[in-house]
This record gives sequence, C-alpha cells and structure tokens, in this order.
Amino acid sequence: MTTSPTSRQISDPTHRPSRRSRVWPRYIPLVGVAIVFIFPLLFMFMSSLKPDAQILADVRSFRAFLPVGELSTDNYSAVFDRVPAWRFMANTIFVVAMVVGFGLIVNSMAGFALSRLQWRGRGIALSIILATLIVPFETIAVPMVWWVAKLPWIEFQDFIPTLTTGWLNTYRVQIIPFIANAFSIFLFAQYFKSIPKELDEAARVDGASWFTIYRKIIVPLSGPAFATVAILTFLPVWNSFLWPIMVVQQEALRPVQVGVQYFFQLETAWGEVMAYTSFITIPVLLFFLVFQRAFVSSIASAGVKG
Amino acid sequence: MRRNPWLGIVAGLGAVTLTLAGCGSSDGSTDDGGAGGNGGLSTLKLWYHGAGNDAERTVVEQQIADFNASQEDYEVVLESFPQASYNDSVVAAAVAGDLPCLLDMDGPIVPNWAWGGYVQPIEVDQAILDTWLPSAMGYYQDDLYAIGYWDAAIGMYARQSVLDTYDIRIPTSDDPWSGEEFEAILQTITEGGEFDYALDLGVNDVSEWYPYAFSPQLQSFGGDLIDRDTYLTAKGALNGPEALEWGNWWQGLFEKGYASTTEQDGNPEFLEGRVALQLNGNWGGVQALEEFGDDMLFLPMPDFGEGPVIGGQSWMFGISATCEHPEGANAYINFSLKDEYVADFTTALGLIPTTEAAAAMTEYYQPGGALEPFKEYSERFALIRPPTPAYSVISSVFTKAAEDIKNGADVKATLDQAVAEIDADIAANDGYGN
Repeated sequence: MTTSPTSRQISDPTHRPSRRSRVWPRYIPLVGVAIVFIFPLLFMFMSSLKPDAQILADVRSFRAFLPVGELSTDNYSAVFDRVPAWRFMANTIFVVAMVVGFGLIVNSMAGFALSRLQWRGRGIALSIILATLIVPFETIAVPMVWWVAKLPWIEFQDFIPTLTTGWLNTYRVQIIPFIANAFSIFLFAQYFKSIPKELDEAARVDGASWFTIYRKIIVPLSGPAFATVAILTFLPVWNSFLWPIMVVQQEALRPVQVGVQYFFQLETAWGEVMAYTSFITIPVLLFFLVFQRAFVSSIASAGVKG
Repeated sequence: MRRNPWLGIVAGLGAVTLTLAGCGSSDGSTDDGGAGGNGGLSTLKLWYHGAGNDAERTVVEQQIADFNASQEDYEVVLESFPQASYNDSVVAAAVAGDLPCLLDMDGPIVPNWAWGGYVQPIEVDQAILDTWLPSAMGYYQDDLYAIGYWDAAIGMYARQSVLDTYDIRIPTSDDPWSGEEFEAILQTITEGGEFDYALDLGVNDVSEWYPYAFSPQLQSFGGDLIDRDTYLTAKGALNGPEALEWGNWWQGLFEKGYASTTEQDGNPEFLEGRVALQLNGNWGGVQALEEFGDDMLFLPMPDFGEGPVIGGQSWMFGISATCEHPEGANAYINFSLKDEYVADFTTALGLIPTTEAAAAMTEYYQPGGALEPFKEYSERFALIRPPTPAYSVISSVFTKAAEDIKNGADVKATLDQAVAEIDADIAANDGYGN
C-alpha cells in the first residue's frame, strides 16, 4: 500500500506545519487591528483631496477610503489661505524641540539622581513626584494661568536686561512648564536601575564624577529610554490645545492644534479640515517611524522589568 | 587641556534662555492690559472670534483701518481667535487680568460676563440706539454692555412646489401655521413617502443650537427656560404643564418618524431634496436660493399657542472692565456703528442688518429682498435668551434635556431633573445678584 504524502503528514504526529502556515493565523487578527488603525488615516488623506460634497457622499460607502472621484489639491491651497499654517507649524516644531530637548536633559538627570545616588529622602521625593501623576492637567490649568501671568522674566531691550512680569503670549509659557515631567522621571529612574551598579563603582574608583558617570556611562547605555521619553513627550506637546488657547493670544505664536478650529465656522469646510489635519499629522508619523524600533524595544524591556 | 562639561551645559542653557527671552513676544510689545503707547497713540487691543472667517474679518479690519486713520489719540489693534475656543481664551485672560480693551461676545453670555466683572457698560449715542434692532443690544440690569452689527433669525425652509404637491397653504407672519396644522402637515408629508423625513431640525449640532433653535418652541407653547420675573428658578417654566406639552410634542417628532434623530453634518438633506422642510437660520438662505431659486420659501415658525417665537441675539462688541481707556474704546464702538459697515457685514455673512438704512443698502434685505422675511421675523418674533448670568448653565442643561427627550427619556422626569440642576446652580451662586 502506498501512502500519499498528504495522508502521511496528517497521520504523522511528529510532523510540524510549515512556518508560513503557522504564521498566517496570527497575521489575520493583526491585519484586522492594523486596518482599524490605518483606515482613519486613510480616510483623512483621501478626503483631503476631495470636495466637501463628495466627502459627505462617499462617507456612506467604501469609496471614502479610495482615491476616486474628483481629486485635487484645492483643499490644501485653501488651508494656506485661511490659516498661517507654516507659521503654526514652525511654532510647534520650536516648542516641541525645546520641551523634548530640555525634558530629556532635566528628567534623565532627575531619574539618575533618584536611581543611582544615595541620599536621604530619595524615596519620599520619588513618591511625591509620582503622586503628581494623579492630578489631571485640566484641574490645575486655571491656577497655572494665574501664576504664569505673574511670573517674572528678564528681557533684553537694546541689549539691556530688563525685569518684566508675566509670561503670557510667549514661547516660554508653552515650553518651561512642561519640561519637568513626572512620568519621564519615573521611566528614566526605572531604566537606570537596570544598569549594573558595578559600572558606577568602577568609574568612581577611577575618579569619575557623578556627572561623568551620568554622561559617559548611563546615557550611552540608555538609548531606548531616551527614545521612549522623546516620543512620549513629543506627542502631548504636539497635540497641546487647551494650554495655548488659554495663554497665547497672538496669532503669530499659536501652535498647529489651535489652527484646527479655524475651519469650524457656520459651515464646516470638511475638505480643508482633512487637508490641515493631514498636514499636521505627517510630522508625527515621521517622528514615530524614526524612533519606533527604540520605542518598542524600551517599552518591551520596561514591561519585563516592571 | 581637560574641558569642564558643566561649562558646555551652562553655556547651552544660557543660549536657549537668551533665545526664549528674545522671542518672548513676537511683536516686541509689552503686555499692558490692552492699552499701551505707540508713537503718542494709545493702543486698544480688540479681540474677536472670527479667525478663519475671512469675509467677516475683512469688514472688521476695514472698520479698524478707518478708525485708526481718523484718530490722533487711539490705535485699535486686532487679534482674531477661533470661535470654538474663544470663550475659554477670554475667561483665562480674565483670570490672569489680561483682558484687552475691546472684545466681542455672543449675546447670551453678556449677562454672565457683566456679572463676573469682565466687561463694563458702554456708552452709545442715543440717536444710534433709537434706530438699532433691539435684539442686537446686550443689556444686563438696565445697562448696555454690548452692541452688534447684525442679528440672526430662523425660519422654516420650504419649497413652493412641495407645498403645492401636498396642498399645504403658505403661512404668513399674521397667519402662521398653528400647532395642529403643523402636525397634520408633517403627517401628510411623512405618509406621502417621497422624502426620507418631513422635517430637518439640525439635531446633530448639539451645541448652542439647541437652546437657540428649540427653546423658542417651548416658549411658543407657553413655557420658558426660567421664570423671567425673578430669574431665581426654572420651576414651573421648564417643567410646568406647557413645558410638558412641549416635551411630548418634541419627542413625538422623532417617535412618529417626522424627523431623524441622527442627521448628517452640514445638513445637506434639504438642499439634496431628501427632506421637505427644514428649520434653519438666515445664514443658509443665499445657498438655498442658489439651489432652488424662486421655488424657495422662508416661512414663519408655527404658533403653538403663544404666537411664533424665534431666538434672538448674536455676536456683539463691548469693553472690558480693566480697559484703561474706556473713552477711546467707546469712541471706536460709536465710530464702527455706521450703516455702511452694518451693510458690509450683511453682505459678507448673509445676516440681518441692524438698521433700516443699512438694510436698504443690501441686496437681500432691502424692501422686497429675498431674505427680507427673516428681518420681519427678527423684529416681530425674536425673544432673547434669558439675560441672566445663569444662562451658560441653563443652556447646557436644556441641551442635555432636549437631547435626552429626543432619544426617548421620560419627559416629566427629564424636565424635573433639568429644573433641579438649574435651581441648584442659581442657589450655589446666591441668585447671581438677582
């Protein structure tokens, strides 16, 4: 009796299915999840190329996700007529760069001090920092406005330093309050704990200062943590809306998210809304794509270490 | 030579600090509460809600340019804000003590901001006020706090051909549809099966549209949002027999299939011929005329017992309480109330001009103009939303109640709950000074 390969494969308990056949069942739900996340973006990009009437007509069918119908870049032209979009974009990039840059320095130093240095009250300090996480920003926004309106600053007028009062209508009011971040400090502290302390001790024996240890040992070994904090800091600052509308009145200083509301008049121009949101979403996608490998790596390792 | 790493960090931080200091304020001006010096001129900042609305902003900019050209003492500087977050910006500025001299505000919020000390009474020539549309003036406790260049009005959008098909008479301001007649019309059109729905109410817009567009029917039934004698309670007004009658009628519109509970954003249904009647404002009139031409009708609202009622008040301009140059701000407001500016706003926005002279300058609101009916409705049927500081809470509570009733909630329980919430807010604020 001959046995066909197929029946042999079925009857042989030691036979393992090919890699492809094992992988496909796992890919099906993953593709489903990917569709859920990709389709809103697809809808946004496709709608940005269509006139309003077609957007509203297509929204009831799969055509909403397809580049069909009367396509043009008219909505993008209209966006730049209605909103100083490049100015808003430049403002946001500047603010985000400052917050992320200073945030990485300040929060990593704080995390280093809390995880590597031995000093009295360290545990209490960390507890207090973590406790601030449970306070929603919305509850302290109004008191913060009151405070920043009264904070002093030094301005240089004709190269002469002058003491002024009030931070409203400035870049600094969008930057400085968000540099120190409790979650970033916690994340850095947790990551730094995973680096062997023997490295510190060896460096100390060699005469290294704590700052040298931070800069030459800890920072080079913590790339994923820095990437994660950069992304986690980047997103909320990029999406910042409530704070700017409360503290920035000059159009020239506004960030991109405030610009979204320029389109919601009596008759909402949906094509322009989609064009503008596409315009301000692209940098976010690029930022994530650049850092995603380190981001995923750090999140995974942080999860293991708890 | 060994380099000290701290020097690099301190130098870097110092450079960025200098950068931040240098770009602290984009125009280099100091923040002086709305008035500052500029070559001998006192600067008056003007905040306005129409960022992104070029047609409207162009007229405001023209007013400012003309005023500044006429002045030796004051200079008005415009700052535009997006409408949806405008109130948040003003309230935050008030908290920070950073309000501008001049600002615009939506009519119903005027009493709240007057009570809260954000704005001060304005002084407008009596000769101007005598000619002005009453619903475009914002009073609180007998003081005028704001004045607008236009008003809005709603009416019933319809097509002559549709009414003829169903043998429906065309109502007039003197002889509007009664409540029973309107019910029969909706039933007839629904049974005809020609349209998706008989009536488009715009219920997808869960915002100020609800109290603006739907509380007038409550008032036409004989109810109200609050007891206007005392402004201390909503009891009886919002949950009395008339209000219950309104609630049952309102819920019935959806239960009987006359109107949809879920409408498309932008409300294109009427223009696309998918509904027969539409509750809409005069701002959509020009587009409807372009679509249907002479077939288009703008009808008065039905009379549910106390006569037709529509909402009144739109955006207005006033002066902040912290303005250091109220005389300059008043000079600007009086200057800006010229008929030609009012006409320009009407042309730009399609809204109702506030004077007869301005109306005569416009295409649509001049005598015999296609949108003139809205002007008549505004003059005859407009009832301003309750001029009380409690209105912001009344507005949100009524919106939620009407939304819940639309979705099938028990009418009496919902209105009783709404009254309890409004009364609790008034009590918590010691009656808002009433």
